[in-house]
Amino acid sequence: MKQIALTGNPNTGKTTLFNRLTGLNQKVANYPGVTVELRKGTTLFLDTETQIVDLPGTYSLVARSRDEAVTTEFLAGLNPGQQSPDVVVVVIDATNLLRNLYFSLSVLELKLPSVVVLNMMDEAEASGLKIDIAGLERHLQVPVVGISARNGTGIDKLRQTIEKTLASAEPQVFSRSWSYSQPVEKLTQQIRDQLPYPLGSDGVALWVLGSTAASLANQEAPEIVVHPQLAHAATIAKSGILDGATGVGEQLIEDRYQEARHIVDRVLDSSATDETHISDRIDAILLHPVGGLLIFVLTMGALFQGVFAWAEPFMTFIEETITVLQTVVHSIIPPGALADLLADGIVAGVGNVLVFLPQIAFLFAFISVLEDTGYLARAAFISDQIMARIGLHGRAFVPLLSGFACAVPAIMSARAIESPRDRLVTILVTPLISCSARLPIYTLIISSLFASEENVLGLFSVAGLMMLGLYLSSIAVTILAAWILKRTILRGPTPPLVIELPPYRMPSLVNLVQQVIERCKIFVSEAGTVILACSVMLWALLYFPSEIPQEFQLEEKQAVVLSNTLEGPEREDALISLQAEAKATQLRNSYAGRLGQAIEPIFVPLGYDWKIVVGIIGSFAAREVFVSTLSLVYGVQDGGDDPSPLRKRLRQQVHPKTGQPVFTPLVGLSLLAFFLLALQCMSTVAAIRRETQSWNWPLFALVYSGVLAWGTALLIYQGGQWLGFT
Amino acid sequence: MTVYDLEAGHSARLKSFLGGDPSTRLRLMEMGLVRGAKVQVRKRAPFGGPIELRVDGYILSIRTADAKTMAVELAAT
Repeated sequence: MKQIALTGNPNTGKTTLFNRLTGLNQKVANYPGVTVELRKGTTLFLDTETQIVDLPGTYSLVARSRDEAVTTEFLAGLNPGQQSPDVVVVVIDATNLLRNLYFSLSVLELKLPSVVVLNMMDEAEASGLKIDIAGLERHLQVPVVGISARNGTGIDKLRQTIEKTLASAEPQVFSRSWSYSQPVEKLTQQIRDQLPYPLGSDGVALWVLGSTAASLANQEAPEIVVHPQLAHAATIAKSGILDGATGVGEQLIEDRYQEARHIVDRVLDSSATDETHISDRIDAILLHPVGGLLIFVLTMGALFQGVFAWAEPFMTFIEETITVLQTVVHSIIPPGALADLLADGIVAGVGNVLVFLPQIAFLFAFISVLEDTGYLARAAFISDQIMARIGLHGRAFVPLLSGFACAVPAIMSARAIESPRDRLVTILVTPLISCSARLPIYTLIISSLFASEENVLGLFSVAGLMMLGLYLSSIAVTILAAWILKRTILRGPTPPLVIELPPYRMPSLVNLVQQVIERCKIFVSEAGTVILACSVMLWALLYFPSEIPQEFQLEEKQAVVLSNTLEGPEREDALISLQAEAKATQLRNSYAGRLGQAIEPIFVPLGYDWKIVVGIIGSFAAREVFVSTLSLVYGVQDGGDDPSPLRKRLRQQVHPKTGQPVFTPLVGLSLLAFFLLALQCMSTVAAIRRETQSWNWPLFALVYSGVLAWGTALLIYQGGQWLGFT
Repeated sequence: MTVYDLEAGHSARLKSFLGGDPSTRLRLMEMGLVRGAKVQVRKRAPFGGPIELRVDGYILSIRTADAKTMAVELAAT
């Protein structure tokens, strides 16, 4: 199949064009070895199915990380078994010709069949910019088409131009008619001589030179030019730069910009432009020191509310549907392990996956609108002051904020952070943020073990203050963890803040729908499988062996209840609570129960008994499951949403040996700390795996947060005991 | 005189870089902050926050520390 690649600066409407060309007939593929996604779609060109690849938007081909090398690798066909695309479509923002031409020149230098697209022609014309397209074609030596991807104008012409280039036996390619400064030119020549066929283009040599210069300028940067066929060229570049030509990296950029300016001066007439820009007037409000901050808080508040609260009814709907499905399964399949596996293992597991979709959809819908309008860049600009203090980029703000609702969509949204290292730091600390799934646990523990209603200073309740304390600790720990990670294993300077603030534009509904569908699809297909597998496994651990142990003597006990004098509702209650007790005994004997008892010694120093440990194991399916698992372990009959029977039962628990209560306020604090810090959530693990494309990072997150949680809980419990608290 | 010293609303032409992190410099240059570029300070965030520039027709925000590394000369216009 013929292949067409779209490339260009960010904010050029490249993705809008991609959506126009492919419809929503597209999917996302992970680029091997790195965490970059390539969007691929198909369309008909010359009546044949043709693949279109949307490369990540970038300001430069020069790579500072392996992630950024993707565009060049893809265009130059550097990977084994992959060839250069048949046509490269370079998308330019017509309202910002100079910087876009700088990038276009570096792509055209690769000497591939290309078409240059001047997007946003409507905006350029409206603001009085006149571009001589024929003149631009003469300079660039490839076809140039003016379009507006948003309105669809010029798309037909673009299609015809691409088809003509595809059909041409010898499509016109760019050939440089000017020279770089002498040191750049000389070194480029030497590098080009080392490039094997068919890589010997100007563009590849200049890329090797630029990337080598960039990686020499940044001591922390990894080797970027890693391709065996380029190894020799990279060595030449390195020694050339180190042997005196130190400024070539900068010279190269200056020279290319000079050429871009030379072209702009000849094809652009900006004499009629209106000097007052509409974006200036909007920014006067949105970036106002006071008003802007207020709008920022309101916008972020709305985003958070969307993920936290507006998604809620949809999640409830999914949960209720799953419950109905479970009932249906139980009613059509005869009782037994198979029905239980289907209903409580698989259907519930699918529910565990689907329940995240509303939050993901809301978050990415918001992000899409904020991105399209240009406000997301402003939000990063505003929050950068805070984020820079902990060594993170302004773009880390949205993921971290979303983490208070749910780590899963939050981790998925960390993708907007350019630097792979900072993205990783953000992903690894997000699970420390207190998400909404922890709330039921906090509520249960606080209301069971503390005088939660009591007032402090007549203003706050104990429960309210404890909640506040938990959230503040969570923020403090997250910041501390980011700070430590940035100084240890993921050491690196605070990323430079170089954010383009694109002109304000209307958001596009197509882009929104496409974003939301794409993220949901990725989550279900890539994280969903892991979550489903874990759900079924956890179900099996708690379910098998499923017999109620003989020594419980269920039938005898039932007979006693039945033969006793109790009648009516009292007898019903007695039978139900007997059933709950039987279930608790089964659970004790289950694999999870045995596991809990086996690893109990690890948790005894924190003040927990094996029943709590079983709750912790069960809660890996989702933190809020801790509450329901505890109900099962303690043989509390299902009180629905009413936690008071469980609360009562928890207060009654005593250690079998000492006769002391199990749940003391000190144990409560220890548990709160544990749940605050531990990555007790398989869905988060699955999301980290998907976004880092590796099992190592989720394992690392599990271990570090586990050790942190265990250590803190230990410190609280042992320290508290030492100080004489109970 | 550096970009940092420019008052909001004033324009200048970029003359040269004064030190600074070489890697950041390359990035800034690729964003169009090259010799001869027309730079206007559009807005400054309060409390030493980022600075907003208009660079040859588009808007870019950078940190104050980086603004101090760019020497400028006042433009005629």
